[in-house]
Amino acid sequence: MRYLPLTDDDRAAMLDVIGVASVDALFADVPDAARLDAPIEGLPSHAGEAAVDRHMTRLAARNLSAADAPFFLGAGAYRHHIPASVDHLIQRGEFLTAYTPYQPEIAQGTLQMLFEFQSQVARLLGCEVANASMYDGSTASWEAVVMARRITRRGAVLLADGLHPHYVSTITTMARFTGDAITSAPPRLEPGCGEAALIAAIDAETSCVLVQYPDILGRLPDLAAIAEAAHAKGALLVAVVTEPVALGAIRSPGELGADIVVGEGQSLGVGLQFGGPYLGLFATREKFVRQMPGRLCGETVDAAGQRSFVLTLSTREQHIRREKATSNICTNSGLCALAFSIHMTLLGEAGLRALAAENHRLACLAADRLAAVPGVELVNDSFFNEFALRLSGDARVAVRELASRGVLAGVSLGRLYPGHPDLAGGLLVAVTETASEEDIDALAAGLKEVLA
Amino acid sequence: MNAPNRSGWKPGTPEAPDGAAGGATVSGNRGLMLEERLIFEIGTTATTGVDLPAPQPGAANRLGGLERRAPIGLPGLSEPETVRHYTRLSRQNYAIDCGIFPLGSCTMKHNPRLNEKVARLPGFADLHPLQPVDTVQGALEVINELAMWLIKLTGMHGVAMTPKAGAHGELCGILCIKAALEARGENRRVILVPESAHGTNPATAAFAGFAVEGIPANAQGRVDLAALTARLGPDVAGVMITNPNTCGLFERDMKAISDAVHAAGGYVYCDGANFNAIVGRVRPGDLGIDAMHINLHKTFSTPHGGGGPGSGPVVLSEALSPYGPLPFTERHADGYLTLVEEETVGDRHPHSFGRMSAFHGQMGMFTRALAYLLSHGADGLRQVAGDAVLNANYVLRSLEDVLDAPFAASGPCMHEALFSDDRFAAGVTTLDAAKALIDEGFHPMTMYFPLVVHGAMLVEPTESESKASLDQFIASLRAVAERANSGDASLAQAPLLAPRRRVDETAAARKPRLAWREPPGEAAAAAGEAA
Repeated sequence: MRYLPLTDDDRAAMLDVIGVASVDALFADVPDAARLDAPIEGLPSHAGEAAVDRHMTRLAARNLSAADAPFFLGAGAYRHHIPASVDHLIQRGEFLTAYTPYQPEIAQGTLQMLFEFQSQVARLLGCEVANASMYDGSTASWEAVVMARRITRRGAVLLADGLHPHYVSTITTMARFTGDAITSAPPRLEPGCGEAALIAAIDAETSCVLVQYPDILGRLPDLAAIAEAAHAKGALLVAVVTEPVALGAIRSPGELGADIVVGEGQSLGVGLQFGGPYLGLFATREKFVRQMPGRLCGETVDAAGQRSFVLTLSTREQHIRREKATSNICTNSGLCALAFSIHMTLLGEAGLRALAAENHRLACLAADRLAAVPGVELVNDSFFNEFALRLSGDARVAVRELASRGVLAGVSLGRLYPGHPDLAGGLLVAVTETASEEDIDALAAGLKEVLA
Repeated sequence: MNAPNRSGWKPGTPEAPDGAAGGATVSGNRGLMLEERLIFEIGTTATTGVDLPAPQPGAANRLGGLERRAPIGLPGLSEPETVRHYTRLSRQNYAIDCGIFPLGSCTMKHNPRLNEKVARLPGFADLHPLQPVDTVQGALEVINELAMWLIKLTGMHGVAMTPKAGAHGELCGILCIKAALEARGENRRVILVPESAHGTNPATAAFAGFAVEGIPANAQGRVDLAALTARLGPDVAGVMITNPNTCGLFERDMKAISDAVHAAGGYVYCDGANFNAIVGRVRPGDLGIDAMHINLHKTFSTPHGGGGPGSGPVVLSEALSPYGPLPFTERHADGYLTLVEEETVGDRHPHSFGRMSAFHGQMGMFTRALAYLLSHGADGLRQVAGDAVLNANYVLRSLEDVLDAPFAASGPCMHEALFSDDRFAAGVTTLDAAKALIDEGFHPMTMYFPLVVHGAMLVEPTESESKASLDQFIASLRAVAERANSGDASLAQAPLLAPRRRVDETAAARKPRLAWREPPGEAAAAAGEAA
């Protein structure tokens, strides 16, 4: 077996040192009834590298990859061009095969990268501090709810109707067990984000309000007004960003008054990967830092006075505080954070703004061309690189038919919100710099055919 | 003297340990040991390493009046500078690719590169999670095939594939237990957790709203069955037990524990972090387990990546399977695979506790883990566990004459060898020994865990170490132990030869600096320029 270095001679010599006759004898503490004496049945035997490669390649070939079709899916996962150097650098073994940096003297590479990542994320989201990552945007959103409860000592949570339905489900699942009272509703297929109704619902029991920005339909809610209203009632505003590239074009949630900003960092560096692993972003005000979940990297010095980085404030964490920890999270998304940070470093501020501008330019162009198709109506007044269309027919059907013609048209609201007939005509279309004008024309032409 | 430069970066190195002047250089570098400043100190906001069309100033937009105007403060680097920055940083890291990484309970085994290759096939890497299922049949097949492997290896009834890491898997299992109790109309409030458990166990139970109570260990380092049984009752929802446990021992009474918990109406959660010791040799389903997470990033070799991502599928008993989360894959008679999610679930999985994250799980880890499983096969996995346990026992028996091994008489260890600081001279700590190992060129073992042993040192070599690698490590740890036992005061100075001397963790926590800020003088100057 190519991954197992011991030879039979090695094993014999080692058993001698241990003083037992066989490897099996080392499993003497396993009761006879539970100890298996032969390989488990129904599973294949070992295979060479070429055979495994062939098997996996054949499975991969049964998928239609985004590069092979005009592609317009978003809804919380976005396809951007990832510079070649990103994937090269994250595959350096010193990053790829290191553990959580518990021994800072021999982990400064990971630690300095995390400090840079935290600094980039804090600036991008407009907050003072960010952590070293969470699993993904949806779980980060739940952690924000828990953190807000700790800070406000209140248990009622308002979810704006534009919050990603998977995020809503994640939060409601957890709340069912913890007793937090969650209020949510599906979005309406209209230009406004329902700020007035949301603001009216905030009361003295409200712990926090979660608002996605841009929201699930791509609309840009008025965060500043919601922040002001929340603060007036002693509640926190949690902003949720699922497309961080947008923040190269629009004002940051922190700047608009959000107290906690969480997000999905997949857009930068990570890639689609059929949904995971992704990268949870988590940022907040400095005064709340001891209530934050997750790992934090801080600056310090070593015994010789040299600047050094180290995991810090771990008295919040499970391995120290156990049942009193701020979260149970341990492993997070370190390598995805590295990919994000490298991509962000390659972009820099100038590149991020240019990338955002190009996304918006193409999205505006697409919105106009698609809205000109008979049976298609643009819902949004405002958007960044994703918008909702109202189709004359069921968008699920349209998406399937377009896929069979080799066009990956977008995400139907019927898939995200089953059981809501008023949303069945809704189609989310995301347009990034990876789409060409020809792709947009192919989508327009395809829609025209399937809606005719 | 190394004065801070204008950006606050202080080049320079400590005095060489022997007092020679060998360390001091103008650059602060020491040969191949290269210092690297922060991107905020070497980049500018105008620099970029990508070529994109320049934004057209004043172009019409539909941003709802929310255009970003103020600077963000994100530095950029050209591509050569970027490659150099991260390459230099990488070289300050220890990693499995550099040598043995014997962190107990972390299973730092070799990460096969075939796995990296297949995960990057565009047919997996460039797929959107919400593409029509017609266009992702191969991806669903990966999930389904991996699920089949996990079920057969554990002898369990079902598996929840979506949890994103071990602790997330614990949460999944505990929520299944809670949902099952709810379905029975019972409100049991207490989860029992042994003292030797990973910190995630009590944190998870508390996160899900349970009260946590400890169970003591017996003198052998195993769960005290009598104490556990005595505590069981109508308020106990279940137990969370790690098997093999964090003392490196197989819980001989596991089946009896399960039977007692079940008889009292509770459920048994097993922390599967240590599954590597028994994979292919013991099926947790045969021990009465109701739920167990499997860290794909431990047992099945997906890379740890400096702290993730992980993946923590949870295998479930017949009693708990009905409560598992959405979504999951379903194979139809004609071989076609569908995703059972909100749109398609109908009344087929009515008791599911719901969704616990967006999308369908850590696909990038699934492809890697499946490649690993196919490579080993059922026969190779038996050998994985056998060699992992052999390596750990070899370490244990090679060092028990110089290091206290508190449970050496409790039988063979499993995949990890546990030592205490009992023989160290007064004033010498486990931390000192760990830092001295760094000077020897090794990543230290897990320190101060499990909590049931004073000054614990938990060594998990894994099966991917050769005998020669183990012998080198053993020789170094032996030398360090001898210094510690004799009270060698110089251990307190270690490490002397690493990229950094001992890092001041207390100072970091006292006044946290968690993000880069312009040094005061620079900020004022920048503000002046802007004005």
